[in-house]
Amino acid sequence: MYIIVNGELQERGHPLTVTHLLESLDLRSERVAVEVNFKILDRSDFPTWNLQEGDKVEILSFIGGGAPQQRL
Amino acid sequence: MSDHSFQDPLIIAGREFRSRLWVGTGKYKDFEETRKAIEASGADVVTVAVRRVNITDRNSDNLLDYIDPKKYTILPNTAGCYTVEDAVRYSRLARAAGVSDLVKLEVIGDERTLFPDTAGLIEAAKILIAEGFIVLPYTNDDPIVAKKLMDIGCPAVMPLAAPIGSGLGIRNPYNLKIIMETVKVPVIVDAGVGTASDAALAMEYGADAVLMNTAIAGANDPIMMATAMRYAVDAGRLAFKAGRIPRKLYATASSPIEGML
Repeated sequence: MYIIVNGELQERGHPLTVTHLLESLDLRSERVAVEVNFKILDRSDFPTWNLQEGDKVEILSFIGGGAPQQRL
Repeated sequence: MSDHSFQDPLIIAGREFRSRLWVGTGKYKDFEETRKAIEASGADVVTVAVRRVNITDRNSDNLLDYIDPKKYTILPNTAGCYTVEDAVRYSRLARAAGVSDLVKLEVIGDERTLFPDTAGLIEAAKILIAEGFIVLPYTNDDPIVAKKLMDIGCPAVMPLAAPIGSGLGIRNPYNLKIIMETVKVPVIVDAGVGTASDAALAMEYGADAVLMNTAIAGANDPIMMATAMRYAVDAGRLAFKAGRIPRKLYATASSPIEGML
């Protein structure tokens, strides 16, 4: 299936939970916020949230602020 | 005194802060310099921004590996947000990425000045306060807006000294003083500080704290400047509490005249 992660089209196997996606990107779940189709997920939902074809996923974290950086 | 050993904590929304100097984490050369400068500043509140993780070219280092959230209060900002919707969205993302309801709310009105859109700020603050956020608003040096922000439930207000990153120092000390006399919540002077004397002045005027980023990160030696700012904030606070002498036009002798030949 195809999903969009931080604006980038990615081909991924199905099923794919948010936790699996983060692991594949080498990201620690306690350090990020995840939005799927403009809905912000609770961290406790990451392991059970199955991503679907065409989902728009945004993964954000804290950076040095507030120098100008890429936004959503 | 630079170790903040004098008992004078800053209390905001029931939280106690040891340092009256708060610092941003942007514009540093690298995370190591960020860490050292923050340590030198003595700050216990640091601001951060919320941004997309770079998934294609990922640096494995994370800011929070250098700034321990157990040691510092992480204060996410909504820098770069020009609309109420964006500021609210970024605040919610910050809460999801972090551990607290604190947010330094910025609704920017204009790219050139980065002045706050105060109408948008009040609107966004209302929405976020209703959702349980502790909103610390970055605002203009306008006493009426500061009072409105207090009235809707902001536990502190953060008026600017001058435009963000300008280093111009306090452009309107009289307005800042009026804000301090008008609002019953802590006043944190935010943005526009250029050097140590600006920070000391803000504290001498009666500010409860000063927040800065560029003045430290942009200095030739950020770590030395962080130390200077730490002393300046302490000196200004102590001078404010000690109470300065009134200004007089003519001299008053310090040495007695009796006993002169």
